[in-house]
Amino acid sequence: MTVRPIYVLAALLLVAFLPLVGDNYVLRLGTMFAMYAVLAQSWNIIGGYAGYPSFATAAFFGLGAYAGAILQGNGLPMPLAWLAAGIVAGLFAALMGAAILHLKGHYFAIASLVLAEVLLEVTTSWTSLTGGGMGLNLPVIRMSVEAQAQLFFWAMLGLAVLTFLMSWYVSSSRIGFALRCIRQNEDASSMVGVNTTFYKVVAFVLSALFVGSAGALYASWVFYIEPPDVYSVLTSVKPIVMVMLGGAGTVAGPVIGAAAFLVMEEVVWRNFLSIHSAVLGLLIVALIFFLPNGVLGFIRKRKRTGADHSKETAA
Amino acid sequence: MVPAAIEPTRYSMLYAQILLNGLVLGGLYACIAVGFSLVWGVLNVINILHGSFVVLGSYIAYFAYVHLGIHPFLSVILAGGALFALGYVVQAGLINRVVGAPVLTTLVLTFGLDLILNNGMIVAFTADYRTVQLAHPLGSTVVGGLVLPLDRLVAMLLACVLTVILYFVLVRSSIGRAIVAVRMDREAAALMGVNVKRIYAITFGLGALMAGAAGSLLSLIFPISPLNGSEFLGIAFIVCVLGGLGSISGAIVGGLALGAIQSFGALLIGPQHGLTIAFVLLIILLIFKPTGIMGRRGYE
Repeated sequence: MTVRPIYVLAALLLVAFLPLVGDNYVLRLGTMFAMYAVLAQSWNIIGGYAGYPSFATAAFFGLGAYAGAILQGNGLPMPLAWLAAGIVAGLFAALMGAAILHLKGHYFAIASLVLAEVLLEVTTSWTSLTGGGMGLNLPVIRMSVEAQAQLFFWAMLGLAVLTFLMSWYVSSSRIGFALRCIRQNEDASSMVGVNTTFYKVVAFVLSALFVGSAGALYASWVFYIEPPDVYSVLTSVKPIVMVMLGGAGTVAGPVIGAAAFLVMEEVVWRNFLSIHSAVLGLLIVALIFFLPNGVLGFIRKRKRTGADHSKETAA
Repeated sequence: MVPAAIEPTRYSMLYAQILLNGLVLGGLYACIAVGFSLVWGVLNVINILHGSFVVLGSYIAYFAYVHLGIHPFLSVILAGGALFALGYVVQAGLINRVVGAPVLTTLVLTFGLDLILNNGMIVAFTADYRTVQLAHPLGSTVVGGLVLPLDRLVAMLLACVLTVILYFVLVRSSIGRAIVAVRMDREAAALMGVNVKRIYAITFGLGALMAGAAGSLLSLIFPISPLNGSEFLGIAFIVCVLGGLGSISGAIVGGLALGAIQSFGALLIGPQHGLTIAFVLLIILLIFKPTGIMGRRGYE
């Protein structure tokens, strides 16, 4: 028994009616949820399906944010800037992926973590283009505050739905099959004719495209970006926690995890402002010890106790 | 014509001075990284907590000096002991339970623990930068035209001594031999009667001890703040990849190399980019030679 992807899609579409019932605060939460859903689902492609511990999400997000902001600053219309930012992030992922995806385990994790660090330093140093440590302001949009809130909410939700469709497609296609093979035994899959390098790069690019666009959308949404904000290492870690929370390597898991994570984060921010990162840490520790396979894994285990565990990873 | 004859020697003196500064820094970097390398090599765990351990060591040295008047050089024992206990408890109580899990699990777990420790330090000590102001600094002396900052130099020598002690502990003591045995083959070591979980806890404790000791030496040189934790962690990463994982000599070579690279990089393109060059170098090394300068070894 699993949560069917179609239900998740329906739930996502239902969220689109949020502006009818909620005020701007609820809309802000909705936009955050959609953004988290994009990040978590994207990470799930490389981290969940292919099993590569990528910490590159912050690199893609920050690169997309800056690409979008700079393009918009040079007069490109907003939607085109978002699209272009996704492409920039995707190209970056293709180039870097070809270079670092031959690394395994910790070495890959560190290399992907360092990508964001290098981009952060480059962005901070390249003052003429990026404004450096001073940050970058985005062009003002002539629209009422309410209209803006709705616009960014729907745009981000649209992106989340697109990411969902991509993830759904991947899971049932040759790509998903190849990635699962790679996760289970990379050498063996290469031996039986899976082009592992190609599929790993594809997975890395897919995990970057939508994150790049989400970064650009975020930049337009908050009007002002600075390097430590968009390249924060937390941007890399949060999606991993969400996916672990929901269930890695599933279509529905990341979306459920993103929603659950947002609720917890909001509660923590409201009640424990000065120790919010410690509470996040506690959440992570508790998650690893008590829900190692995520909510979906937990449900599945309860539904068929005593069932063959090898099926669980194959499903 | 005379100035032209003088110029080369002046430049060579400048380079010698920069090299010296780099090596002094590098010795301390080696001390930061050696514990990180030990944990990574033996437990196959990347300890994200390591940077915060260093900072905690610095705080212990700071408060010991301010309140008890204990010189940071002596606090090495205090900070090392406290951090060993903390590391032992963390490994025995928490990380041991997931030590065989995939890379991602242990990475995310230590990240979560780091969030807790770092946030705890911010609440307890605030994020303000503090510095240890020695009542009787050793100052500096000039030898053969080179300026020797004595406090730094002693700190670096102590760091090297500690690293050498760790080496002899691993090579000579029975605990050290057990650590190396576990590193080489966990199952075989267990069959020989080695209590693997206990060895893991001791190894993690030793890693934390080295971090705490390095922190208390660094308290003389760098401002102390919980915000520095990630930078120390970054340094440990780079040193391990530069020098090669799993050997004391790798950490020393990597540390000295990083110190020299940072000093000359600061000269060439400005001090604020010192770490950037190191990170770029790290990526290039990972792509072309992920085993590092000294190659991957097993503390044999």
